[in-house]
Amino acid sequence: MIVPTMADMMAQGKQPEVLFWVGAAGSYDDRAKKISRAFVKILHEANVDFAVLGTEESSTGDAAKRAGNEFLFQMQAMMNIEVLNGYEVKKIVTCDPHSFNTFKNEYPSLGGKYEVFHHTQFIQNLISEGRLKINESALQGKRVTFHDPCYLGRGNDVYESPRDLIRRLGVNLTEMKRNKKTALCCGAGGAQMFKDAEAGDKEVNILRTEDALETKPDIIATGCPYCNTMMTDGIKFKEKEAEVVVKDIAELIAEANNL
Amino acid sequence: MQYVPNTLFVIALIAGLGFFAMNIRKIFRNINLGKSIDRTDNKSERWKNMIKIALGQSKMVKRPFSGFLHIVVYLGFVIINIEVLEIIIDGILGTHRIFQGFIGAGFYAFLIGTFEILAALVFIAVILFWTRRNIANIKRFLSSEMKGWPKMDGNIILYFEMVLMTLFLVMNATDAPFQNAGIGNPVSQFIAPLFDGFSLEALHVIERTAWWIHILGILVFLNYLFYSKHLHILLAFPNTFFANLNAKGQFNNLESVTKEVKLMMDPDADPYAAPLEGAEEEVPEKFGASDVLDLNKMQLLNAYTCTECGRCTSACPANLTGKKLSPRKIMMDTRDRLEEVGRNIDTNGGTFKDDGKQLLNDYISPEELWACTSCNACVEECPINIDPLSIIMDMRRYLVMEESAAPQELNAMMSNIENNGAPWQYNQQDRLNWANEE
Repeated sequence: MIVPTMADMMAQGKQPEVLFWVGAAGSYDDRAKKISRAFVKILHEANVDFAVLGTEESSTGDAAKRAGNEFLFQMQAMMNIEVLNGYEVKKIVTCDPHSFNTFKNEYPSLGGKYEVFHHTQFIQNLISEGRLKINESALQGKRVTFHDPCYLGRGNDVYESPRDLIRRLGVNLTEMKRNKKTALCCGAGGAQMFKDAEAGDKEVNILRTEDALETKPDIIATGCPYCNTMMTDGIKFKEKEAEVVVKDIAELIAEANNL
Repeated sequence: MQYVPNTLFVIALIAGLGFFAMNIRKIFRNINLGKSIDRTDNKSERWKNMIKIALGQSKMVKRPFSGFLHIVVYLGFVIINIEVLEIIIDGILGTHRIFQGFIGAGFYAFLIGTFEILAALVFIAVILFWTRRNIANIKRFLSSEMKGWPKMDGNIILYFEMVLMTLFLVMNATDAPFQNAGIGNPVSQFIAPLFDGFSLEALHVIERTAWWIHILGILVFLNYLFYSKHLHILLAFPNTFFANLNAKGQFNNLESVTKEVKLMMDPDADPYAAPLEGAEEEVPEKFGASDVLDLNKMQLLNAYTCTECGRCTSACPANLTGKKLSPRKIMMDTRDRLEEVGRNIDTNGGTFKDDGKQLLNDYISPEELWACTSCNACVEECPINIDPLSIIMDMRRYLVMEESAAPQELNAMMSNIENNGAPWQYNQQDRLNWANEE
């Protein structure tokens, strides 16, 4: 798979149209890596001139910030900003709503001002610009429910882009009882991904998986690698792997278009 | 003797309003103990929010049943207050139904009739509210932080409203000339028969008694606000006006940290440089919040504004799955501690004397703080834009940056970020391997 880096581009004297920020999950987590690859396939399909930072990419500091470590967050932010500004990056796209939120809202006052897109917004633009078409027959008739990532939905009021893409897949989009503004968290946010939950009577991801299963879906669509992990674990816990799959919207599109 | 009632009335009015003003000043004093925060930008957006959310109750109706009942009580409260204005003028001047002469009998009857219908509706709504709180087993009213005083507080407010509405209707029902006129009494005409056979004098005594208890009750209720969760009827307005307008996902960047990080990353900075001659020795700022005085004014206003409805808690993923965290409790604890600090200042002649307590640990435990997923559901739910999440985050910052007291796994996550730029322990040189794995 061809994934150009900013360093390569610079060596060739080229400036890509957009930087794909892969994020830690998309780089290292086995499940999330598939999402990164699916998104790259879409970028290639639409002939997008993109690049990644590769080994020059580092944590955005989001998890550190939500854990309360403002020092570490700002150190990471300033290092990343130095790299990004060094490459004169103007546009960033990412499959991770946490990176999306941090770049969009928390980097500007530290000197990092970019036009930031969640991959569902970016793909939506590709479609409206006529650069990409989604095959609407491959997944036709499937029941799909979408789990809103907190940092995309409530955090940044992006509810429609992912839903628009799902509808374009020709599937049957069904909403959970808690959706959009009232969507329930998957349980991973606020650095919970990296620790055990406090004592309680249930895991958050199980409760959210139950919300999803109530809609009797064939597919639970996600737009965040952490939500994807939490929902996948939930489906395993409920022993529903045979009936229900958890897929990122980028994966669904790559699959529908046979990329 | 003629002016005795007027005099008593004026004394009661001045005492009631004066005591209220004194307590309100105390609330302002306490809120101003917080750190400054600038929320004066974008005024038109702020006015719009206040009008839509506080005046227009737009977030209340997201839960239609309680939202509808709340609007009934709210409208009743606001509109019936026109009648209170008449009562006050009557009380001062010793007149009876003074508005009638000014606005004409027909329009007056229409107004009083409207008030009566609203009073009856408020009464019914309040009964339903009481039922929800005490009988209906609604989870958010049964949480542990609602035991004892908070539960009683909620009920006292409802009893106040029931009694005040009843007195208003009884006052009208026993006003013989008003009943005889036969208009403007759509509700009280059904109460009047209860007093059939009473002499005119007796009716007059009952009417006067109801009138007096009604207005005194209003003054007492006004002063009860200070001690109760009910301040939202006033503070909802500034609270929605000054509420955060940024995207909810955006957490503030601590400027004190920015300064230090810039210094650390600046190759030309000399960390051992002596401070400039005459420069004041800078007191190192505390990072995050361990007590109410570390919070900002908005967070403290939030605490006084909270009416403990619990919509936040009922949407909180941690609370829904049985964890200790309840965003409502965060707000209640903040107010309780702030009031404690305020009393401390009162008894120590205007300065706070260390009482060996703080918001962290004595009120809010780290276990509660670490259960938060920062999902913003509580912030979204709050009908008047209170932000419990910002307090949780500021307290986490204190735990991590001042006490190094993060849970062990989070410390591991953070040292991974420091060492290899990812929350997991992977080599940064492997960061692009995913591209070649298929």
